Amino acid sequence: MTQFEKPELVCPAGTPASLRTAVDAGADAVYCGFKGPTNARNFSGLNFTKAELSESVKYAHDRDAIVLAAINSFPTAGRTDLWKNSVDDAVELGLDAVIIADIGMAQYVAREHPDQRLHLSVQAGASSPEAINYYVEQFGVKRVVLPRILTVAEIKRVHDAIDCEIEAFVFGNIGMMAEGRCSLTNYVTGVSTNMDGVCSPASHVEYEPDENENLTTRLGEFAIDCISCGETAGYPTICKGRYDTAIKKNYYAFEEPISLNLTRLLPDLIKAGVTALKIEGRQRSRAYIRSVVSSFREAIDAYAAGDEPDISQLIALTEGGKETEGAFKSKTWR
Amino acid sequence: MRYEGRIDLSMTKKTHRGQPRIFRDPKAGPISRALPLFPLQPVLRRIVRHVAKIHPELFERLETGAFKTFLIDAKGIPFLLVLKPDPNSPTLVARSRHDEIQYDVLVSGKFSTLLQMIDSKSDSDALFFNRNILISGDTEAILLLRNALDDMDTTLADDVATAFGPLAKPMRASINLANRITGARA
Repeated sequence: MTQFEKPELVCPAGTPASLRTAVDAGADAVYCGFKGPTNARNFSGLNFTKAELSESVKYAHDRDAIVLAAINSFPTAGRTDLWKNSVDDAVELGLDAVIIADIGMAQYVAREHPDQRLHLSVQAGASSPEAINYYVEQFGVKRVVLPRILTVAEIKRVHDAIDCEIEAFVFGNIGMMAEGRCSLTNYVTGVSTNMDGVCSPASHVEYEPDENENLTTRLGEFAIDCISCGETAGYPTICKGRYDTAIKKNYYAFEEPISLNLTRLLPDLIKAGVTALKIEGRQRSRAYIRSVVSSFREAIDAYAAGDEPDISQLIALTEGGKETEGAFKSKTWR
Repeated sequence: MRYEGRIDLSMTKKTHRGQPRIFRDPKAGPISRALPLFPLQPVLRRIVRHVAKIHPELFERLETGAFKTFLIDAKGIPFLLVLKPDPNSPTLVARSRHDEIQYDVLVSGKFSTLLQMIDSKSDSDALFFNRNILISGDTEAILLLRNALDDMDTTLADDVATAFGPLAKPMRASINLANRITGARA
């Protein structure tokens, strides 16, 4: 294995305890959001108050880790102050970067806080050099989080044509949606993934077991899957449900429950110019954070030292007990 | 048995979401009926009140979940636990498996699995994906409770230890014993 310079390991945190766990497990950077709709993981009981984030930033900085504020949902008319206030709070608290998706928020950060490091969220859906360079030139974006739709070869071509860092997802949830454009949840529940920050809100999810422990999953008034006893389950999202279609019965029409795992592609990604490796999962528990972050810490360190890492334990944490390299390896993975 | 999932716009079935449900256990055995639960109640009361006292931040993250009734069905344990984490008067009581119990959320799994989840030694999403735990009822309430518990740095064993002072050692041994027995049986 060729040795390389270590990339930044960017890890999720939904609570202060998760943030401390991520830092202790070897994260170089932790990304998190304020409570409310300003971030794309606005789940019940998750995220940080301003006071919690202040303490968390201190905890991370004291241990040479940085903290990134995800303010990456899209403000709707009449609510922009909420997003602006979150940006102001993030700057005041000394967050090391603000991750935005909305073009108006990019302009707000660039105008009001020109010294604040700005990252472009995956929710912006910027996958072409033209789109990325626009954000770089207009707003001074320093890093783009690429949508999970590019092969490693395409990432290399993007890298060669842009003037900012690349952050790529390497583990966690993966769907077929166009990032930042998915309206499936909105269609069924009236709550928007992109503007309210929550996909399949728990308030609209119901699991209905029968006496044999078969499980029907409902979102709103719709049954989106029926899982037999002993069969693995996935997230209660429309894109991971099974449907009768003209092609097949009882079919994962969009995507099956599966997690992205790019451990084996890490050297290729770094050679392609990826600066930062991102783990998905701010909605997951401390146990997940501890296990995934420490596994990737070991994998990166092993590759950097020219060794082969042991990644066998990660499969236990995957959705549906299955993993994929998705579009990163081939556009024909389904 | 495999059901066919479908999006069916004509579906008229109403869900029970947001409404309390009634638990009945048709498989409840004779041990459950004969088991006296009254010696257990003061122990459970002490545990829940102690946890509430030393983790006031729990209730901020619990939000509306604090006013829900959580029914805990630990497989292999001959009784059920009912948790009401109301910050003004939190309760945890043992109930017979022969009782009809009103609840908002039902969580079931091996005792050892549930303990690992509470102490964040196992990821609850992964436990759910792998069907090691089963939840039904008010999904938002269980998510609130999961996230509130996950933000605690201590373990239940730690909290029991501080709740019972000199009796901590036998209490911890009891938890470990139940963990081993139910982990093997259920």
